[in-house]
Amino acid sequence: MSAALALLRRDLALLLPGTGGGASFLPILFFLAVAMLYPFAVGPDAALLARTGGGVIWVAALLAAILPLDRLLGPDMRSGMFDQFALRGLTEELVVAVRLLAHWLSFGPFLMLAALPAAALLGLEGATVRTVELGLLAGTPGLAAIGIIIAAVTVSLRGGGAALAGLLVIPLAVPLLIFGAGALSTGGTSGIALAAAISLVLVAITPFAAGAAIRAARDG
Amino acid sequence: MMEPAALSAADLACRRGERVLFRGVSLALAPGAAMQVTGANGIGKSSLIRILAGLLRPFAGTVHRAGAIALIDERPALDEHLPLTRALALWQRIDGGRADLARLGLAALADVPVGYLSTGQRKRAALARLIAQQAPIWLLDEPLNGLDTAAVALVEGIIAHHLARGGIALVASHQPIALPEAAKLHLPDFAA
Repeated sequence: MSAALALLRRDLALLLPGTGGGASFLPILFFLAVAMLYPFAVGPDAALLARTGGGVIWVAALLAAILPLDRLLGPDMRSGMFDQFALRGLTEELVVAVRLLAHWLSFGPFLMLAALPAAALLGLEGATVRTVELGLLAGTPGLAAIGIIIAAVTVSLRGGGAALAGLLVIPLAVPLLIFGAGALSTGGTSGIALAAAISLVLVAITPFAAGAAIRAARDG
Repeated sequence: MMEPAALSAADLACRRGERVLFRGVSLALAPGAAMQVTGANGIGKSSLIRILAGLLRPFAGTVHRAGAIALIDERPALDEHLPLTRALALWQRIDGGRADLARLGLAALADVPVGYLSTGQRKRAALARLIAQQAPIWLLDEPLNGLDTAAVALVEGIIAHHLARGGIALVASHQPIALPEAAKLHLPDFAA
């Protein structure tokens, strides 16, 4: 347990924006930049912006989730951290589960916070903002989980690994997008509940899928 | 004193891709025993160490370990952007030991980020991590790389002290290293 806490402490120092661990607010700024550019691109039609803005926030959130992928597991693999963890009996599953928690904490809450100014830029109404925020709360753990799985699968790729990882995330994130953003047009909470269910499944399988990928990369 | 440790392997073979690096390697190390593994570059010294550590599956053969394993290879496993003391702090929290920077001549570098350290200084930092781990079995892959003469003597002394306390050390090195009563294991070239 103390080892898990030591890991979480390190991971948060590594991944939380503004802690000097190389992590930055860049994904959040990227997210805001998309929300800011969209009205410039489609013009100042307030009704159109209010109708489509929620979807834009979702697409921006998905793309922002791709940015930190190459920092999630790759550096630890290359610096031999995972080998040292394994020697101490800390399983890849535990390390990945802790990393997933730290990744979400350094990304989900900030994204939900940034969604407020983004919603203002797009002129969204109160009820829509509420649906977007609830959807992001339900969907970002799933996005974080997909990011960890893909980072683990591509961990031994050099060079183009980061770009490939980004491309691999997109199809896997489509169900989250459909239900999370879909809740905006259908109303009600059923879409959000389904997005949350997908997130739960993804979070549950991530330690095992990513752990197996890391072991395979070590053996290869 | 530590609990009695043991490390043995029987009839190990290692295959990387289509190539058999070595086969028929057997060894047995009792508490206080040391072994130096020699052989040309690419002969499988590092693979042997990773197999003994349990990080790589042998193609054939078995490994028996009694006691915790500590490993040094070419990667220090320390966060590059963190000052040395904070990078070592992660392992101290996990292992419960304290890294003795002064013993390795690193006291002046405590606040320097790991990324700024030279090859030899990183090796010393990895040794500080290894010692603080307090594991009975040491697997050292080229522990002298980048070390100056004084540091080589220091490392030899540290290993001798570890052995005297009942530890086990297996060292892969192409440099001469003075180990008390060390057995030699020469990996022959099977690919030829």
